[in-house]
Amino acid sequence: MGIEEVYRAESRRVLATLIRLLGDFDLAEEALQDAFAAAVERWPVEGVPASPRSWLISAGRFRAIDRLRKRRREVASPPDPLSLEERGNDMSEIEDYDVIDDRLRLIFTCCHPALNPDAQVAMTLREICGLTTEQVAAAFLTTAPTLAQRIVRAKTKIRDAKIPYEIPERGDLPERLASVLHVVYLVFNQGYFTRADLATEAIRLGRLLVELLPEAEATGLLALMVLHDARRATRTNASGELIPLEEQDRSQWNREQIREGVALVERALTSRGFGPYTLQAAIAALHAEAPSSQATDWPQIVGLYDVLLRANPSPVIELNRAAAVAMRDGPEHGLTLIDAILARGELEEYHLAHAARADLLRRLDRKPEARSAYERALALAVEEPERRLIERRLKEL
Amino acid sequence: MKYLCLVYQEEKGEANVPRDQLEQAKKDYWAFAEDIKKSGHYIVSHGLKHTDAATTVRVRNGKLSTTDGPFAETKEQLGGFFLIEAKDLNDAIQVAARIPSAKWGSIEVRPVWA
Repeated sequence: MGIEEVYRAESRRVLATLIRLLGDFDLAEEALQDAFAAAVERWPVEGVPASPRSWLISAGRFRAIDRLRKRRREVASPPDPLSLEERGNDMSEIEDYDVIDDRLRLIFTCCHPALNPDAQVAMTLREICGLTTEQVAAAFLTTAPTLAQRIVRAKTKIRDAKIPYEIPERGDLPERLASVLHVVYLVFNQGYFTRADLATEAIRLGRLLVELLPEAEATGLLALMVLHDARRATRTNASGELIPLEEQDRSQWNREQIREGVALVERALTSRGFGPYTLQAAIAALHAEAPSSQATDWPQIVGLYDVLLRANPSPVIELNRAAAVAMRDGPEHGLTLIDAILARGELEEYHLAHAARADLLRRLDRKPEARSAYERALALAVEEPERRLIERRLKEL
Repeated sequence: MKYLCLVYQEEKGEANVPRDQLEQAKKDYWAFAEDIKKSGHYIVSHGLKHTDAATTVRVRNGKLSTTDGPFAETKEQLGGFFLIEAKDLNDAIQVAARIPSAKWGSIEVRPVWA
């Protein structure tokens, strides 16, 4: 194995353990760089060690202690290197399960709800996924200095407020896991249309979570992401226009991902404590397995939306349910429901509510009303693929 | 590590709370304080009189200015505090969540300089 491969495979694990041993994110990052610099120097001469991970952890830790000793001579009160030496002195003590725990510690710390939500996402992509600050900034349409500032603030809060580097206790786990899953899903959605790389990172994170902590909702979220990703190739056409589900070329859907997603949904549905992600994944699975829009099991989809709404009342889910009702019972039934939601004023500014309403009016051949609904949707839509679809619909009317 | 838990709640709403609910809230506070004394978290706590009684003091260019009322007008007002000793922020959050006012007001958890 070459050093680059080791870096890809191990750098995040080594970092996660170094943060625990050194008790500080910045110090651990420096130590990680030092460890790989030492590896570049020594492995070509001495050969790759039997356990590269332990070697790197050990090298990183000793370099960090060196750095602290030097700093101690220069400034008044840096951390005490002796207290660091006491921690995990014998490297043979670092077992695989420690490293697994460290990765979970890192995830739960980066997604701690006491951190600013934007910082949680930034920390996750940087520390866990290993993206550079520039890459994260580009993904979230902000500048690298702004993002770096956000990360500095998060790290300062971790230090000052003493956010512990630990896996939450059983009692706190549901709330804390929800916060992690939210961050992962945010990353996924950020990459939904244009950034396949972010969606891939989110799925990788989802897999890691399921591997480390096989809770129902973690499995459900992974299923949901995999099933959405299975349709990636057919979601937009060559000119970047959104293709709605009923017009997608189903022969191009990724069968392997669908098989995996469906198996994950089944596993999540039979575990205790499944919730909104699993239910949404179950709906996505029904779509993925249907040979066509007409042949989709709409009654079951409506039923799943009912369960979802009971667990998690939300006007957006009501809207999706209305669209499913329209497929089951006819467009006029869906339209009644959407009009009722809009009458409450909650989704007045939500482009998809107007787009869904316009679709139903179009199917009912009520063209002037459909036109004004599409125009309203277009005025509110931001994402380019969605705007193009609405523009095409307007032209076709 | 020490954390100061600042208890914010609406002073205005209090007048409308039925008597038995106020009595219950007092009992809950009493029980909570006993609890965190036993668990070793408790250092000191006090309830504060309403912001009507507050005076804000500033010294600018050596000149003292005194004004009536709290430092800032907010929807919820500082009504009391608990200074606690906690292992880390997670521990402090667990304690703060058990402060009775967390159910209707907000608790700000601030680490104290060591």
